[in-house]
Amino acid sequence: MSQTVASQTEYNYKVVRQFAIMTVIWGIVGMGVGVFIAAQLAWPALNFDIPWLTYSRLRPLHTNAVIFAFGTSALFATSYYVVQRTCQTRLFSDKLASFTFWGWQAIIVAAAITLPLGITSSKEYAELEWPIDIAIAVVWVTYAVVFFGTLINRKVSHIYVANWFYAGFIITVAVLHIVNSMAVPVSLTKSYSIYAGAVDAMVQWWYGHNAVGFLLTAGFLGMMYYFVPKQAGRPVYSYRLSVVHFWALVSLYIWAGPHHLHYTALPDWTQSLGMVMSVILFVPSWGGMINGIMTLSGAWHKLRTDPVLRFLVVSLSFYGMSTFEGPMMAIKSVNALSHYTDWTVGHVHSGALGWVAMISIGAIYHLIPALFGHANMYSVKLVNTHFWLHTVGVVLYIVAMWISGVMQGLMWRAVNSDGTLMYSFVQSLEASYPFYVMRFLGGVFIVVGMLVMAYNVFRTVTAKSGSLATDANTQMA
Amino acid sequence: MDYGTYRGILTLVILVLFIVIVVWAYSKRTKGRFDDAAKAIFDDEIKHDNTISKEEKESEK
Repeated sequence: MSQTVASQTEYNYKVVRQFAIMTVIWGIVGMGVGVFIAAQLAWPALNFDIPWLTYSRLRPLHTNAVIFAFGTSALFATSYYVVQRTCQTRLFSDKLASFTFWGWQAIIVAAAITLPLGITSSKEYAELEWPIDIAIAVVWVTYAVVFFGTLINRKVSHIYVANWFYAGFIITVAVLHIVNSMAVPVSLTKSYSIYAGAVDAMVQWWYGHNAVGFLLTAGFLGMMYYFVPKQAGRPVYSYRLSVVHFWALVSLYIWAGPHHLHYTALPDWTQSLGMVMSVILFVPSWGGMINGIMTLSGAWHKLRTDPVLRFLVVSLSFYGMSTFEGPMMAIKSVNALSHYTDWTVGHVHSGALGWVAMISIGAIYHLIPALFGHANMYSVKLVNTHFWLHTVGVVLYIVAMWISGVMQGLMWRAVNSDGTLMYSFVQSLEASYPFYVMRFLGGVFIVVGMLVMAYNVFRTVTAKSGSLATDANTQMA
Repeated sequence: MDYGTYRGILTLVILVLFIVIVVWAYSKRTKGRFDDAAKAIFDDEIKHDNTISKEEKESEK
């Protein structure tokens, strides 16, 4: 009896461990599928004429796996960890937390089965059919109950800023998912959206861009506001700025969606509004980035010795880069060049691989030793190896896509003096070919890095407690 | 009041609210509280260590 009472005062790390380990595994799967479809673009014969392996079916599998399996597992793991530690209380309910873990894994498996079968609602980043959508809504509401229940039970008066970002992410994703997934089912595997025409497009990109804004940004900013100060061993640069950052970001992001629909049937004023709001969004984005990076002010030397901190800080540099690039690409005249080209793909991956993946990997490298009772990872050297593999991979990837994208944009708009097109589509595709090979190579670097991480995590988890001694590289808070 | 006017007023209200938040966040009153909040992430090491050591004991049983 005394044990059950005692356990209430300690943290629930089981669910955090489960999600942290699955983050690594889904990272390998999702990025591995990405490399495979990158190879298909360079060597199309790789679909082997098997319907399940066609690019059109594997591409949504890749995006769903990296965003909802890898990224969201990282968010579950870190949010459950951060909310307990900053509220100094145990998760609201162990059973519900466990339900979110198994429920979320079941949803991922369902996605991995249905998408290659060609079962899709064909809404980008919301391809899953209605039964899975309902399951997502149920798990997500449970997640909200666990998270907010824990916030209410907190033993400290102040709610730390990381939790505000996580809370904003959880609420907004619930709203986005439920509104955008509204559909009329005609069978177990087929449904039609209740929206039509331009409204459907607007709802879809209101969802799509805010999935970027709240899942891939606000959620990971929550991660940033805990793990950067914690790993650096010093409080965040400006707590006041973090408060302003939060309110500015959540009030502005929601407007930016129309920039995905420039020069379409969407009303012109809506496009212009989306463009203006996207440009303004640059300000809070950079405010947050500066707040994160400046946390290291006076402790820059730690970057030399601590590869985990390097992951976290370089992720912020990529965040700054892509949040400069994004507003620029949202300007209509720039968008006329960039839209539908590989530049967009490069932009997304500078955000996804540079910002989202690197901050998650950094956070997991911080979490794994902490959760398994070690002072540091099995090999700090291998963390460093991973850092360089990942960085080289991302740079190869985005540089290839920049060149290929700008080239495509220029070739598509080039006209002869008589007004006819100078190049056929296939000519632009041929010109992109070497860059598709370069992108594939970048992807290989990244996946190899993830495999190094998996080995390192495996050795850390299975090491005897206390056997991984503290060395000079470890930052003790 | 037509739809446009209503949205216009709402936008203005949100703008004013935002300015209020900025002024509040940077006021002298909040400084001490915010500094404490920023440092609070280093305050729970004992609870963390207890969780880990208790789990280790349980796994040894």
